[in-house]
Amino acid sequence: MKENIIPLSLIPCGKSAKVKAITAEGTLRRRMLDLGLVIDTIVKSLRKSPSGDPTAYEIRGAVIALRSEEASKIMVEPL
Amino acid sequence: MGLTSQSTGIGALKEMLDIQLNSPDDIIVALAGNPNTGKSTVFNSLTGLNQHTGNWTGKTVTTAQGYYKYKNKNFVLVDLPGTYSLLSNSVEEEIARDFICFAKPHATVVVADATCVERNLNLVLQILEITDKVVLCVNLMDEARRKKIHVDLNKLSKILGIPVVGTSARSGEGLKDLMEAVYNVSQNQIKTKPIKIRYNDSIESTIVSIENAIKGLIDDRINSRWISLKLMDEDKSILDSIDKYLGLNLTKEAGDIYRSAINNSEMDKYRFSNLRDQIVTNIVKLAENISQQVIHIENKNYNRLDKKIDDILTSKLFGIPVMIALLGLVFWITIVGANFPSEALANLLFGIEDKLTELFMAYNLPSWLHGVLVLGVYRTLAWVVSVMLPPMAIFFPLFTLLEDLGYLPRVAFNLDNFFKKACAHGKQALTMCMGFGCNAAGVIGCRIIDSPRERLIATITNNFVPCNGRFPTLIAITTIFIAGAAKGALQTIIAALTITGIIVLGVLMTLLVSKILSKTILKGLPSSFALELPPYRKPQIGRIIVRSIFDRTIFVLSRAVMVAAPAGLVIWSMANIHIGVGSLLDYGASFLNPFARLLGMDGYILMAFILGLPANEIVMPIIIMSYMASGVMIELESIEALRNLLISNGWTWLTAINVMLFSLMHFPCGTTLLTIRKETKSWKWTFISFLVPTITGIVITFTVTQTVRLLRLI
Repeated sequence: MKENIIPLSLIPCGKSAKVKAITAEGTLRRRMLDLGLVIDTIVKSLRKSPSGDPTAYEIRGAVIALRSEEASKIMVEPL
Repeated sequence: MGLTSQSTGIGALKEMLDIQLNSPDDIIVALAGNPNTGKSTVFNSLTGLNQHTGNWTGKTVTTAQGYYKYKNKNFVLVDLPGTYSLLSNSVEEEIARDFICFAKPHATVVVADATCVERNLNLVLQILEITDKVVLCVNLMDEARRKKIHVDLNKLSKILGIPVVGTSARSGEGLKDLMEAVYNVSQNQIKTKPIKIRYNDSIESTIVSIENAIKGLIDDRINSRWISLKLMDEDKSILDSIDKYLGLNLTKEAGDIYRSAINNSEMDKYRFSNLRDQIVTNIVKLAENISQQVIHIENKNYNRLDKKIDDILTSKLFGIPVMIALLGLVFWITIVGANFPSEALANLLFGIEDKLTELFMAYNLPSWLHGVLVLGVYRTLAWVVSVMLPPMAIFFPLFTLLEDLGYLPRVAFNLDNFFKKACAHGKQALTMCMGFGCNAAGVIGCRIIDSPRERLIATITNNFVPCNGRFPTLIAITTIFIAGAAKGALQTIIAALTITGIIVLGVLMTLLVSKILSKTILKGLPSSFALELPPYRKPQIGRIIVRSIFDRTIFVLSRAVMVAAPAGLVIWSMANIHIGVGSLLDYGASFLNPFARLLGMDGYILMAFILGLPANEIVMPIIIMSYMASGVMIELESIEALRNLLISNGWTWLTAINVMLFSLMHFPCGTTLLTIRKETKSWKWTFISFLVPTITGIVITFTVTQTVRLLRLI
């Protein structure tokens, strides 16, 4: 089970994953929570920017672009 | 501060913003909501033109207030900053929270997006924790219908315990019902029974103990349950606000209250270490639960079209080429479209100049008066209006169209990686877009960037995007010198390509200078980035035209006219007051000439840039006026005449390129500098914003000129 948890930044486009933990602290953590990124939220990786970063994710019906630095602080279980 | 009950309600309201009440009976309504929900459309539809904007006291966040009448009552609508939440402690969120909490509006309207109810409910639930007097306005119902998303408004109203009104503010649908609901809630005709978020037992029991401890202090002036939760959360910003508006000293006492409350409920602090997560999780889960009950999506692929469009506009292959092509298209339409009206306006206005001259002669008025008023003030004005108005009247609506479609966030998405590499923020792409209209507006727009370091970088580099005042100069010179060789349709295409190339150069310079700043005086790492890509919306052509004409074109043009008139007077005088053999302008120009030559320009051009400090629009008129005053007297009726004038004053293609480069890269105009001072509250950064583009421009034009000369290309 445990080895199944990877950072959101590694989820390929078109695939979905379930949030298991947020490792960011402080303001960034609060921002992420405000986006609705709480435990068990399903996030879908939609597309990458032309130069490969940031990536657009579908989070609770909204499309949000996150840089890889941010997405790597969201630990998910691939679905 | 020994404040009494005065300190909430109207008292706090007055302190927070300079609100204009016509009578104490006026009903104050706060308008809250997520960004991109059409909140400002709701605001505009309700208040019409009866509104005014200002700043929140001590904060660089603008606010709009508007007025409307309903059932013989006066309503004052206060547009709060658009936020996703009230918990992240950004300035906008603090303002929205403090206004709802301490100014005690008679009602708060939360505008939500019908196509994204779940996420919007977050804010609704947070506001319901603060106040009972809330009306939910589910806007964009037309978009939801188009995407076949059904929202059960009655059920939503029952669950939330507040009135819920569905609207499509763009077409006016539902606004009457909204006004009725606001009336009922503010007049206590309807008693709301808002849903309360329940936390786990240990949190709940601690809330109760803290509530008991503080009840005496705040005696019902604000919601004690909510404050207790904030005390547990150790939210310092809300404590500061309580102390400020209620005249208490909770910041100091909070620790004691908290400890005693914890002792009472036999809790230890450890259990609340992830309190914030628990609070948010409860809210998010409740929003999810409610949304599942009231939202019915008929077609699961409702946003497939959006995704298809995004597949092209942000694709690896086409994303950036499409972006540049769109930009080029906008310029091409502007150049082609502005050609004819520009010429017609010029004919008309210079025709009037002849009539004015005849009038002056008929009355035998002194020739210096004719010179100052007609050749100075009027001619400069005529130039500014005929050259600026047509491109603006075309460019602004086109740009607003892209904005309304939702394309600009995609630009930020496409370009973010470049900004990240320059250690800057992707939203800088958005502030650059605003700079196309007016750099002062772009600088104000930098507020959307949270990190102070990245905001400064965006502010200092904003001037590398040519504003509307510089476009006419660029377009005129391109048409004369670059595209002059080609004929017909090709001419406008080459002109558009050249302008696009200049913009791309401006963007590259922005990135380069941002990078240099990040490595020198503004050292630091890129901050976090989360950008919403909102759904594409059907633009409303009528509103776009009205908005861009009234909000932008008239504003920019009137500013230019106000500056151009006195500038015309000063410049004409300088060109015509002779001391010894030359005019003041000649002396200035010949002083600057040796330096200007190094940059591939001449003293008059450099002088024009310096005298053009009040507004970039008048640079070209100054150059023309100085050339005409210094000998060659011609009628400037056509582009051809302008071309001859410039060439007879020694212009070559190299001069043209250098003037365009220097126009792109030199000090910001006076208005922008004052805006930078206001936004950064620092003369030092204002000075640096002056210096950075100027030095860049000098270095670039010098290098270009010397290289061309060294290679004997000219």
